[in-house]
Amino acid sequence: MGRFVLRRLAQAVPTVLLILVINFTVLHAAPGDAADVLAGEAGSATPEYLAALRERYGLDQPLPVQLGRYVLNTLRFDLGFSPRYGVPVAALILGRLPATLLLMAASLTLAFVVGVALGVTAARNVGRPMDGMISVLALLCYATPTFWIGLMMIVLFGVRLQWLPTGGMTDLSATHAGLAAVWDVARHAVMPAAALSLFYVAIATRLMRASMLEAYGADWVRTARAKGLGEGRIATRHVLRNALLPIVTVTGLQVGSVLGGAVLVETVFAWPGLGRLAYEAVFQRDFNLLMGILVASSLLVIIVNIAVDLLYTVIDPRIELPT
Amino acid sequence: MRSVRLFLRAFLGRWTTPLSVLLLLAVVGMAATAPLLFPEDPWSMVTMPLQWPGENPEYPLGSDALGRDLAAGVFHGARVSLLIGLAATAASAGLGIAVGALAGYYGGWVDDVLMRVTEAFQTIPPFIFTIVVVTLLVPSVPVVVLAIALVSWPTVARLVRAEFLALRDRDFVQSCHAIGMGGPRIMVTQMLPNTLAPVIVTTSIGVATAILTESSLAFLGLGDPNVMSWGTIIASGREMLRTNWYLTAIPGVAILVTVLALNLIGEGLNDALNPRLRNR
Repeated sequence: MGRFVLRRLAQAVPTVLLILVINFTVLHAAPGDAADVLAGEAGSATPEYLAALRERYGLDQPLPVQLGRYVLNTLRFDLGFSPRYGVPVAALILGRLPATLLLMAASLTLAFVVGVALGVTAARNVGRPMDGMISVLALLCYATPTFWIGLMMIVLFGVRLQWLPTGGMTDLSATHAGLAAVWDVARHAVMPAAALSLFYVAIATRLMRASMLEAYGADWVRTARAKGLGEGRIATRHVLRNALLPIVTVTGLQVGSVLGGAVLVETVFAWPGLGRLAYEAVFQRDFNLLMGILVASSLLVIIVNIAVDLLYTVIDPRIELPT
Repeated sequence: MRSVRLFLRAFLGRWTTPLSVLLLLAVVGMAATAPLLFPEDPWSMVTMPLQWPGENPEYPLGSDALGRDLAAGVFHGARVSLLIGLAATAASAGLGIAVGALAGYYGGWVDDVLMRVTEAFQTIPPFIFTIVVVTLLVPSVPVVVLAIALVSWPTVARLVRAEFLALRDRDFVQSCHAIGMGGPRIMVTQMLPNTLAPVIVTTSIGVATAILTESSLAFLGLGDPNVMSWGTIIASGREMLRTNWYLTAIPGVAILVTVLALNLIGEGLNDALNPRLRNR
C-alpha cells in the first residue's frame, strides 16, 4: 500500500506542475505588474510588502526564472505572507482547513447516506410513482443554487422557527466543554452541511438508482433469488455492495466542486473555513492569499482522490492496488 | 420529415420535457420583453422602498430597500443569465471540441499532452478557479464568460476525444484517407457531425451549469457591476433577509426554474439523440 501511495504521488507531480503553470499564466494575464496585482488595489500595500512580493516572485527576472521561483516556493509550501492577517499564507490556510474538512466530511456523508437511501428506494420501486417522485426531487436538488437554499434555510429554521443558529461554528456567548462543545458545533453545522450536500444528494441518488438497476440484472442476483434469499437481503448484501463502487468514484471526482460550494456556503453561514477565507481574500483584494488557497485546494483534491483509490480495496476486495 | 417526427416523439417522450420547454420559453420571453415592459433602467429607484409582493399592483413583485422594482430586476436578470450561459457554453464547447478532436484524431504525444492539460484543469476546483480568474482580470461580462468557459471545456474535450478515438479507425474515415482528404477536413466535415449528438446534450446541461456559476459569482460580488443579474439581486436582498426575505426568494426561484428547465431539456435531448443510453 505504501508503494501504491508513493506511485500515485509521483504520478501527481506533472499535474501539480501544470496547475502551477496555469496559475502563473492567469496571474500574468492580469493587467499591470504582478506585484501590484497580488497586493491588490486597496492602497494598504506598503512599499515593503510590494518589495517583498517582487523579491519572492523575482519580478525583475525573465519569465521562465519567475515561473521556476514560483514553482519552487510553492513546492516548499512557502506561499508568501498576508499583510492583512500578519501571518504566512500557509499558516492561515492550515488554520482554516479543519473547519472546511469538517464541513465537507459532514455534507458528503449526508449526501452519501441520503443519496444511497433514495437511490435504492427508487431502484426497488422502478417505474412506480415512488420512483418518479424521487427523480423529481433529485432534479430539484440538482438545480437549486447552493447559496440560495442556504439563505432560505436561514429564513425558515433560523429566523422563523429559531431551531438552529444562523451563522458561525460555535456559540460565542457561552463557552462549552466536552460533549457540550461537540453538540454546539454540530448544531451550527447542520444547515451549512445540508445546504452543501443538496447537489451531491441529487448526483448520488441518480447514480445509485442506475447502478442498482444494473446490478439487479446480474447473474449472481438471479442465483441469490434461486437460493431463496429474501428481497431485502438481496438488495443489501448482493446488489448494494456492488452498486457502491461508482458512487465512491464520483464522490472523489466531486471533491473539487465541493470545495467551490464551500466558498458559497461558508460565506452564507459565516463558517470559519477555507472558503470563507477565499471570500475574505477577494473582499480585501489579497490575491497572494487567494492564489495560495487555489493551490492548496488543488492539492487537497489530489490527496482525496488517492484516498478514494485506497477505499476501493475496502469496498471491493477483488480490486488489487497496482504496485 | 419522418426523422423529425421520430426525433420529436423521442424528445417529448417524458412529460417533463414539454413542461421544461414551456418554462424555458417563458424565461426567454422574459429576457426578450424586458426592455419593452421595463424600459427604465432596473437600477433606478422608482417607488417606495420595501413593498411586499402584491402590496402595490403597479409593482407586482415588490421593491427593494432602495425602491427599485424587483420585477424589472428579475426580467433584466434573465437577459444577463441567458446571455452569459449561452456565450460561456459556446466558448467552452468550441475549445473542448478543438482539444478533444485533436487529441482523439492524432493520438500519440498530442493526445498525451492535451489530456495532461485537461486533467490539470479538472483537478483545480472549478469554482475557486473562476473566482481567481474573475478577481485577477477585473469583473465584466466577457471576463465572467471566459472564466466559466475555462473551467467547463474539459468535459466536452473528454467526450469528443472518446468519440474521435472510436471513429478514427472506422471505414468511412479510412476511405477519406484513401482519397487523399486532409486531416483537418476529415475532422470537421466527416467526424465532427458524427459526434454532435452527445455534445449537444452536454451543452444544454452546460448552459444550466454556467447560469448557476454566474449567479454564484454575482452573489459573491464578482459579477459585472454594470449589469443586474439574479445573483446580484440575491446578494443585495440578503442584507434584508430577516425582514424582507422575498427579495432573496424570488430571484432564486428564477434561477431554479431556468436551471431545472435546461437540465430537463438536456434529458429529453439525451433520450432523442442517444436512444441506446435511455433510462440511464
